[in-house]
Amino acid sequence: MSFAAKFEAVDILFPGSADRGARARMQTALAALDAGKTRNDIIGLTGIVVGAADVNLEIEQGEIFVLMGLSGSGKTTVLRALNGLNTISRGRITIRHGDELVDMSNPPPATLRRLRNQAVSMVFQQFALLPWRTVRRNVELGLELRKMKPAEMRAAVDQWLDRVGLLQWADKHASELSGGMQQRVGLARALVTNPDILLMDEPFSALDPLIRNKLQDELLQLQRTVQKTIIFVTHDLDEALKIGNRIAIMKDGRVIQVGKPEDIVLRPATDYVAEFVAHMNPLTAIRAASLMRPIEALRAADGVHRFNDHQDYVLHLDTSGQLIALHRDGAASPFHQPQPGVRCPPGSTGIVTGQHLLKDIVEIRQQTTRPVLVADNGRIVGCIGTTEILDALTQAGRADYRDNTAALN
Amino acid sequence: MTLLAHPETWITDHAIPVGTWSTDFVNFVKNNFQGFFDGLSNVLGFLLDGTTSLLHAVPALLLIVIFAALTYAFKRSWRMALFVFAALLFILNQGYWDRTLETISLIVYATIACMAIGVPIGIAAAHRPALYRVLRPVLDMMQTLPTFVYLIPTLVLFGLGSVPGLISAIVFVVPTPIRLTYIGISNVPRPLIEAGQAFGASPTELLWKVEIPAALPTILAGLTQVIMLSLSMVVIAALVGAGGLGEPVVEAMETVQIGKGFTSGLAIVIVAVILDRVFRPNKESSSA
Ligand SMILES: Nc1ncnc2c1ncn2[C@@H]1O[C@H](COP(=O)(O)OP(=O)(O)OP(=O)(O)O)[C@@H](O)[C@H]1O
Ligand SMILES: [Mg+2]
Repeated sequence: MSFAAKFEAVDILFPGSADRGARARMQTALAALDAGKTRNDIIGLTGIVVGAADVNLEIEQGEIFVLMGLSGSGKTTVLRALNGLNTISRGRITIRHGDELVDMSNPPPATLRRLRNQAVSMVFQQFALLPWRTVRRNVELGLELRKMKPAEMRAAVDQWLDRVGLLQWADKHASELSGGMQQRVGLARALVTNPDILLMDEPFSALDPLIRNKLQDELLQLQRTVQKTIIFVTHDLDEALKIGNRIAIMKDGRVIQVGKPEDIVLRPATDYVAEFVAHMNPLTAIRAASLMRPIEALRAADGVHRFNDHQDYVLHLDTSGQLIALHRDGAASPFHQPQPGVRCPPGSTGIVTGQHLLKDIVEIRQQTTRPVLVADNGRIVGCIGTTEILDALTQAGRADYRDNTAALN
Repeated sequence: MTLLAHPETWITDHAIPVGTWSTDFVNFVKNNFQGFFDGLSNVLGFLLDGTTSLLHAVPALLLIVIFAALTYAFKRSWRMALFVFAALLFILNQGYWDRTLETISLIVYATIACMAIGVPIGIAAAHRPALYRVLRPVLDMMQTLPTFVYLIPTLVLFGLGSVPGLISAIVFVVPTPIRLTYIGISNVPRPLIEAGQAFGASPTELLWKVEIPAALPTILAGLTQVIMLSLSMVVIAALVGAGGLGEPVVEAMETVQIGKGFTSGLAIVIVAVILDRVFRPNKESSSA
């Protein structure tokens, strides 16, 4: 997979006032940064704010890449460098637009405008809809700036309004809509231009939790069909874990860890990340693959795979690892693969994939009252009992648990 | 006289010739650019007097009905239209109809000129902080300088008549649309500007599609003020022979006629009320 955007050693510094000494101060600040001075030192020394320092990222095509960190950690700064709303002080940003690689480090105005209009669009935290325009006219903005013909524009816009469920609201003014609806307009406005990259700066944080959840689901649903590269800023770890294919954790302008949600949760790179992860909701963050007891650990001395604390379940596997039969206390016991939205029959054993969330597993466990098996392409790879669930709930992110899971992988 | 023996007398005897300088300056301008000022004076005079005669050509009653109808078209209010109709009828009845037409022409051209000059300057100032820093004291001076002071040079340059009245009105009023446009444009919310930029707007597109629409309520508030301030110049304009409703006021003052002073003053108030009611922005128009 090739990258959609690439950051190479990017520093973004905010010079403050543009007076005569600004250039010299910038040099001082960059030198201080190289010398390993902290952000606070540099503000004290030069008055220059380091927004982002030494950022190296490769964002892949079609992924949802989440930038995550506390307030002031530089998420917005990094995001806005991608469409030139922030200029970078040093380093290089490259964006793929079709077959072309565009250097975003210091693009000429015309290139920048073309890129903004065709390659990169943005969804704003406070929506930033134009209040004097109707919903339809708001969504038209990008196409209008492309000088598209009104009829053509209208067709494209209405199709997107329909997709976000707002076609009936097309002629209302943006200010007449609720926050959630306004953000759908923002999303339609960004997607109607068919960009290569979609930038979203805390798009849902101005909304109440229920609507936020709904819009997250809608975004994921949409992403399945549009397959855009999405760069998503949030300070909410649960949101990051839910939405992100990969997550970058930022602190004081630096990226301190990049990885899959599982990596972040189970293998925090620093204590800072661990601290962060300690506050997340494990139910929506941990997946079956990382909390299961692996199959090898189930093999008893007699060569039979048993599970459960009382060792009273016996797995009969064929040579390829497929489950042939399941016995409990010598009697055959039913098993099945749970379907979403269907209650599992009590007394049977559910078989899930490694991608299932802890939340789903707890639900299946509760309905079947039996342990849950984990399969990978039909091959049984592990099992999850009450012990594993409780461990995951109480110990995720803790150092000892980290060591355990690291040893397993 | 020596400085040490009689310092005060010395100081007054050696007055710095500021007055002479300003006279010289105005004369210099007059002598060197007379052609330009004559031309400008002719064009403006033609427009002003032409418009007045045009309005004159329409029978007064018909024009009153037209104004009332326009009010209805503008405000969608029968009460307002009826008020305009009755008020204008009263002015006609008091014999100030011709004067009112002259005043209307003056206001129309003063307003057009002030908006045409003020809005672009206001926009430019909002985009260039350095320009605004220079502009601000000039605007302050234009508004605090007693009107009579620049009435004299306008008289010298443009002669008597409606044109110097118009010019004085413009000088007095134009700082207002400049200020309000400046405020409107510089207070456009940052996220809206960035939304425009993020979708690839050029500076010109940003101006037309984001900044001006966002600042429009403030700019329109400026328009209302321009109209009212132009009206407030009628009496002063009458002093330089611009005619209009100010003229009977001036005459009444010179000849101490209480009744005339009162009725002509009342006519001005009526025109003011009409203009204020008709041109004050609707509440809902700010979002449209
Ligand atoms: N235009 C600017 N001028 C000066 N400093 C800025 C500017 N934008 C951001 N900063 C500074 O850069 C740092 C990083 O800010 P940034 O907005 O990227 O943080 P963030 O992670 O997005 O935080 P939040 O969650 O609060 O949005 C902050 O210290 C901020 O004060
Ligand atoms: Mg931010």
